[in-house]
Amino acid sequence: MQRYSVLSLARNAIRHHEGWQQAWRSPDLKSEYDVVVIGGGGHGLATAYYLAKEHGITNVAVVEAGWIGGGNTGRNTTVIRSNYLFPQSAKFYDFSLNLFEDLSQELNFNVMLRQAGMLTLLHSRHDVEVMRRNLNSMHMNGIEADWIDTSEVSRLAPGLNCGADAHYPIQGAILQKRGGVARHDGVAWGYARAADALGVDIIQQCAVTGFDIKNGQVQGVQTTRGTIKAKKVAIAVAGHSSVLADMAGFRLPVTSLALQACVSEPLKPVFDVTIMSPTTGVYISQSDKGEMVMGGMLDMYPSYAQRGNIGTLEHIIAGIVELFPNLSRVKLMRQWAGIVDIVHDSSPIIGHTPVEGLYINCGFGTGGFKATPAGGWTLAYTVAHDKPHKLNEAFTLKRFETGEFIDEMGAAGISH
Amino acid sequence: MMKITCPWCGVRGEEEFTHGGPSHLARPVVGDNPMGDVSDADWADYLFMRDNVKGVSLERWGHIQGCGQWFNMARDSVTHEIHAVYKMGEQPPEGWRS
Repeated sequence: MQRYSVLSLARNAIRHHEGWQQAWRSPDLKSEYDVVVIGGGGHGLATAYYLAKEHGITNVAVVEAGWIGGGNTGRNTTVIRSNYLFPQSAKFYDFSLNLFEDLSQELNFNVMLRQAGMLTLLHSRHDVEVMRRNLNSMHMNGIEADWIDTSEVSRLAPGLNCGADAHYPIQGAILQKRGGVARHDGVAWGYARAADALGVDIIQQCAVTGFDIKNGQVQGVQTTRGTIKAKKVAIAVAGHSSVLADMAGFRLPVTSLALQACVSEPLKPVFDVTIMSPTTGVYISQSDKGEMVMGGMLDMYPSYAQRGNIGTLEHIIAGIVELFPNLSRVKLMRQWAGIVDIVHDSSPIIGHTPVEGLYINCGFGTGGFKATPAGGWTLAYTVAHDKPHKLNEAFTLKRFETGEFIDEMGAAGISH
Repeated sequence: MMKITCPWCGVRGEEEFTHGGPSHLARPVVGDNPMGDVSDADWADYLFMRDNVKGVSLERWGHIQGCGQWFNMARDSVTHEIHAVYKMGEQPPEGWRS
């Protein structure tokens, strides 16, 4: 792998930038691999990278139906945080945040992490009571977060209507300083490039059409580009998890719904924190390019169409204008949707499936991007050792049978 | 935006309606006793596991911001095209049975 550095930039500038290598190869598909990872999004690519890096398993293919990072990895709003309620989630998401903090160095690829803070706005006495409790819970789980008052909120978020006349007056906020944003494409590309350098084959335009399963044990996958033999297969396909599970003959507690986001035209820098308002059901950040990046709740019916409908978009905009009246005349530039995998307790499923040798990472729902490094890391561990790591041992498919739910609806109910 | 035909009120915009999960889920029963000893696996399958169909799926919808009545729909989850609307307790029309 050609390393990126100031020196390599200078050297290539002198050569008119004609000496850059491709960031990853486009290899021919082999007929057999040790592990096939289905899904070339952030989680799938991270899984392949950690399989090679942490476990020395380099004979790995990542098969992707479209192009890498073209699903939810390229459609999310890039928010990173770990302000969850329960110990299992707090440990998992904080581990992810830790990996994010070193990711640019680890991958030798700038993922443009900006830890300017994650602000959760509280609009009523009841919000305050609930979030004070959540804050205590975060502290008990070792997650650093602070209570801040309205004047501090106003300082961090200029333009936010903090007046007493606001329809939803702001009573304070919870600030997680380590929260922030990262470049979503950069995360996918960085993992792809680093995995490729360790020998992983990234196969794009290769859709899985079925599994070869014998005596309950996976033997390989059938794809649009032929059959691949593999003793271990890992699925990381978010909204399409049920479709893949159906091919393998089991069902998941997953419902696929469209989650929308939109961006405004670029503006001069206004604020650098990410602001979430559970009461109005919206959140907003400003990208490095100056666009206001906005999102809200799900379109509340099952969908595999990667577009949202106008009613939900109106709700998002209404909430944003309520918080930031001075954005009311800013034009929207783009709107889109991704298909997210919603489960009943808003916690992921990472681990074994009913088919031996077949593993899955799904159920992240509206919040998968922040979990990309940890999702890949724990899935890789589970595939390599055929048992979950401590970080993901609670996030089993079995919990729907045993009732050991990790109900993060209260902490993570809002989309992000 | 979908236009949904409520069996009682006629065509209305989708915002008047609420999706209520898949239709025709049969509660597991062991023997004649409705409180019978259903296994955890069967119970989990009924409560949580979903077909989550990519394509035509049979769903319950409620006209919650209208007449308040519930009904069934055969709807394509990719195109959002509505193929059939039928009342609660009825089986899906020919051609849309799974």
